[in-house]
Amino acid sequence: MSVIELRGLRKEFTVRVKAGRLRRERRTVTAVDGIDLRVERGEMVGYIGPNGAGKSTTLKMLTGVLMPSAGEARVCGLRPVAERTRLALRIGVVFGQRSQLWWDLPLRDSFELLRHVYRVPVGEHAARLARCRGLLDLDEFLDTPVRQLSLGQRMRGELTAALLHGPEVLFLDEPTIGLDVVSKQAVRGFLTELGRAGDTTLVLTTHDLADIERLCQRLVVIDHGRVVHDGSIAALHSRYGSRRMVVAELDAPLPEPPALPGALLVRVEADGHRLLFALESASVAEVVAGLAGLAALRDISIVEPDIEEVVARLYRAPAEVG
Amino acid sequence: MAEPGVLTAYRALLGAQARSQAAYRTSFVVDLVGNVGATAFDVVTVFVLFGVTRELGGFTLRETLVIVGLSSFAFASADLLVGNIERLSRYVRTGLFDAVLVRPLAALPQLLLMDLPLRKVSRAVFGLAVLVVALASAGIHWTPERAALVVVAPLAGVVFFGSVFVTTATVSFYWIDSGELANSVTYGGRDFTAYPVTVYGGWFRTLFAYGMGFAFVSYHPALALLGRADPLGLPAWVGWAAPGVALVAAAIAALAWRVGIRHYRSTGS
Repeated sequence: MSVIELRGLRKEFTVRVKAGRLRRERRTVTAVDGIDLRVERGEMVGYIGPNGAGKSTTLKMLTGVLMPSAGEARVCGLRPVAERTRLALRIGVVFGQRSQLWWDLPLRDSFELLRHVYRVPVGEHAARLARCRGLLDLDEFLDTPVRQLSLGQRMRGELTAALLHGPEVLFLDEPTIGLDVVSKQAVRGFLTELGRAGDTTLVLTTHDLADIERLCQRLVVIDHGRVVHDGSIAALHSRYGSRRMVVAELDAPLPEPPALPGALLVRVEADGHRLLFALESASVAEVVAGLAGLAALRDISIVEPDIEEVVARLYRAPAEVG
Repeated sequence: MAEPGVLTAYRALLGAQARSQAAYRTSFVVDLVGNVGATAFDVVTVFVLFGVTRELGGFTLRETLVIVGLSSFAFASADLLVGNIERLSRYVRTGLFDAVLVRPLAALPQLLLMDLPLRKVSRAVFGLAVLVVALASAGIHWTPERAALVVVAPLAGVVFFGSVFVTTATVSFYWIDSGELANSVTYGGRDFTAYPVTVYGGWFRTLFAYGMGFAFVSYHPALALLGRADPLGLPAWVGWAAPGVALVAAAIAALAWRVGIRHYRSTGS
């Protein structure tokens, strides 16, 4: 059974829009427009889309905060809204911009409180906390009131708070938003570690595509409330024609453009001293070996495809059903 | 609901709230003292009124003080326990409401316990003191029934005001800036219950006293305790109806809360 199952999930909001000085018009906005999704146990899924695409709304429906307008959602086999409190015991939620911690109390107290809230046996709680303390370096600020923590420290606290009851699914809404580089690394490293263990399913929304590249094998892109891509990052690249590039610097230009199997020469720069190949089926090694047989190489560099650019292109494309 | 760990969880939330407030000790003490002011003012007002008149709506000072005591205690206690639910629109805006919904506990008790204004304890204690002094000086002829009523009626008043707080707060599920409307009912209700209903007239009295049920907080229980017939002609048993009225109010509040939460979840605003 899939851990998460969505069938035709929809969410419509009625908003009142100003129309004239006093008149207000009711207008229906579709935030999520029929999403089908299955996530298996242990998967790490990146859920991305532009602002207002319906990411947070989907997450709220999956965690029992919002009721779907239509369609079905099952998380851990439970209906999120109808079985909210039972589901809450089995999922962890981190909303980047809202806190699960007690503002005026030391971080340690929040963890202790959550032990009571989630009814976790003392031993289990201590073991999980010890693990998080090690991986997230919590010790130096464990006795600091949460309001005095830096954003990065607080986020490490939030992550721990969401995991102390051993959730089967962890939902993260913008977990790295506003964090400095070091904190981002810490959070990503921790989530990678969590994913490696293989028994926690992870769904994360983010604007930072580096999160996705580091963490998620699977990428779900939504736009205007619909799924426009669902697959690996590699599949996204091949679908939208972005490929790894090999840049070769030559001692001397070649008399004619070289043809290498499985790679496409896309550009010649610096009077023929620099060649750019896009990899199709060939590996980097094959391209380098092929080139080395033709010319003296001064330098070789590999350029990873820019996921930001692909995704930006995806957002601009008219919402077709993916 | 009956799960034992749940109660421990709520107790832990309450403890956390107490420790959070202790983090601001000086301001806590200042508020504790300052909070008596509002309730004391209600009592002073009554004395001032009786400085110019010997009777108020047919009631003497000592009798009126019983009404004031019941009203003050009930309102102050309900305000302490449930009053902060009027900040519901803020909870919605800051996301606390969502944070509460992803936890394995009911939403309303969590919100109340996480924001319990312990500094208002002083008001409730003051209200109780007024009630005790008023009862002692009113020359009540004590019977077992009245002894039971004197315990039950104030509690019923607390439940009643608590229900009013919750019911009016749910309006902000539909309409975020509804605070003033809610206040006019809750604080208006408090002021209404501080005097014999006979001082009010016409449709206003009918609406607040019997349409909304505020007469059962202090006026009717006071009549029963004092052994007075209702000048408005209602039968004597009405004085004993306060617990029933409170239960009806609580049921309405529970319903309003459920419907409101469902609306919130279907609109997310």
